[in-house]
Amino acid sequence: MFDDDDLRDLYQEVILDHSRHPRNFGHEDHANRRVRGSNPLCGDRMTLYLTVEDGVVKDAKFEGNGCAISMASASLMTERVKGMKADDAKALFRRFHELVTGEEAPSDPALDKLAVFSGVREFPVRVKCATLAWHTLAAALEGREGEVSTEEA
Amino acid sequence: MSVITAEPRRPGGLDLERVRADFPILAEPVHGRRLVFLDSAASAQKPRPVIEAERACYEHAYANIHRGVYELSERATAAFEAARERVGRFLNAPEAREIVFVRGATEGINLVAATFGRSALGPGDEIILSHMEHHSNIVPWQMLRDSHGVVLKIAPITDEGALDLEAMARLFTPRTRLVAITQASNALGTLVPIARVVEMARAHGARVLVDGCQAVPHMAVDVQALGCDFYVFSGHKLYGPTGIGVLWGRRELLDAMPTYQGGGEMIRHVTFAHTDFAPIPHKFEAGTPHIAGAIGLGVAVDYVAGLGLDAIGAHERALLAYATERMSAFNDIRIYGTAADKASILSFTIDGVHPHDIGTILDRSGIAVRAGHHCAQPVMDRFGVSATVRASFGVYNGTDDVDALIEGIVRVKEVFG
Repeated sequence: MFDDDDLRDLYQEVILDHSRHPRNFGHEDHANRRVRGSNPLCGDRMTLYLTVEDGVVKDAKFEGNGCAISMASASLMTERVKGMKADDAKALFRRFHELVTGEEAPSDPALDKLAVFSGVREFPVRVKCATLAWHTLAAALEGREGEVSTEEA
Repeated sequence: MSVITAEPRRPGGLDLERVRADFPILAEPVHGRRLVFLDSAASAQKPRPVIEAERACYEHAYANIHRGVYELSERATAAFEAARERVGRFLNAPEAREIVFVRGATEGINLVAATFGRSALGPGDEIILSHMEHHSNIVPWQMLRDSHGVVLKIAPITDEGALDLEAMARLFTPRTRLVAITQASNALGTLVPIARVVEMARAHGARVLVDGCQAVPHMAVDVQALGCDFYVFSGHKLYGPTGIGVLWGRRELLDAMPTYQGGGEMIRHVTFAHTDFAPIPHKFEAGTPHIAGAIGLGVAVDYVAGLGLDAIGAHERALLAYATERMSAFNDIRIYGTAADKASILSFTIDGVHPHDIGTILDRSGIAVRAGHHCAQPVMDRFGVSATVRASFGVYNGTDDVDALIEGIVRVKEVFG
């Protein structure tokens, strides 16, 4: 059966659930920030719709398609950043990045539910799958337009 | 559910055990498992004779070529030019000097676009490509379109991934100057009937460039029998070194083409006022080439010729048939590229699982496949997918590798439940 601990850590039930049933998925006409993110190495593309008012993320939606890791990451990220201050969301990206690259202990309490991505650290080629949504978020929070790529970030 | 064969069967008469013993990397465990290498279409592994040839060059016969008056340079030059002869025989080129060493097929196509393209083609001239070209046989022509106003026309493919010859025939006009087409699709495996394409092109006075990257490892290629004008391939997909490849062109075309890069080696005489260029092939080989790589490639072509391309082809066809049959047992697997004539490439998706996740899970079982767009995004768009998983089979693969792939797929389905 399923005897690979690293794989089990990577594909945790929460991740599989969010990849199959992504939350906040869909087009949003009323967003005031819209950024496309792409990972040119694999062709994954997503569009993030953000409504930012008074420095606070009021709403976040996304659409696109990609692997389980990238879809679950976008789903959990949008869930998490809704209601957050923009600066706090950016700081959270740094902690998330440290989590998936293995520079920080996965027990960082600030990460909360996002800690399910700690298994990514064992799969260096999948780090960009986990961070695509966050790179896109960072661009949107900085007010950049158009398209960002995991290769420029 | 999966059949595990104790002994890998040997379809096609290739002595698989002996072939495998030639490839040292196959003894390299991956995640503690036997390496099941199913990504030869991206880059093939290297047999010991190729590895030894590069080492021997550096240990016994290395110096710059075509310059030295001393013994080592003479040895290196002789080995380098002997490699050209070997590659010429491999393609049945009329003359060895029609073989131009380049970095790979990509550079070969760029060379033709930058020389033949810029000198012989102009605004309104038409180039026909197929819908299943690798990006390397699309982008150089787009650059020529943007700089010189040529018009690109795309020959469609069928739902099976075969070239639609009838539709292609309708694309020819009196302005068609070139057809640039693959002999075997890297994303689908489809074989293109080059002789038929050449026939059509000839009838309209158009030249034909063939991208043979995915063909040369699997079948005997005779450029005279094909009747094409240019043929390119990369060494590393033919069990040879990286950074070395081949452009073959008809002598009269190469003679007439302007130079590509300028520098040493490609000149006959230089003053600040004027330069006389060397004859072919050297006029296209500016700078010190990948000497050891070319020598290694010469050994690689002899290696596959020694195994016999007919035997290789039969072996791989049997493997592809076996793999296709076993994959077809899953009703949630879709195969892309189901044309009758295929090289040993199997592109597929599993419903509900992204190819990258499949690739990661297979890797944990020691199985190396390509997951992505295969540098052929128009093919992906044609079939409405962003990526596929591609298993490609080489001389060292056996039915045990296919069985491992099937077990790996079962595991993928377990993970994704």
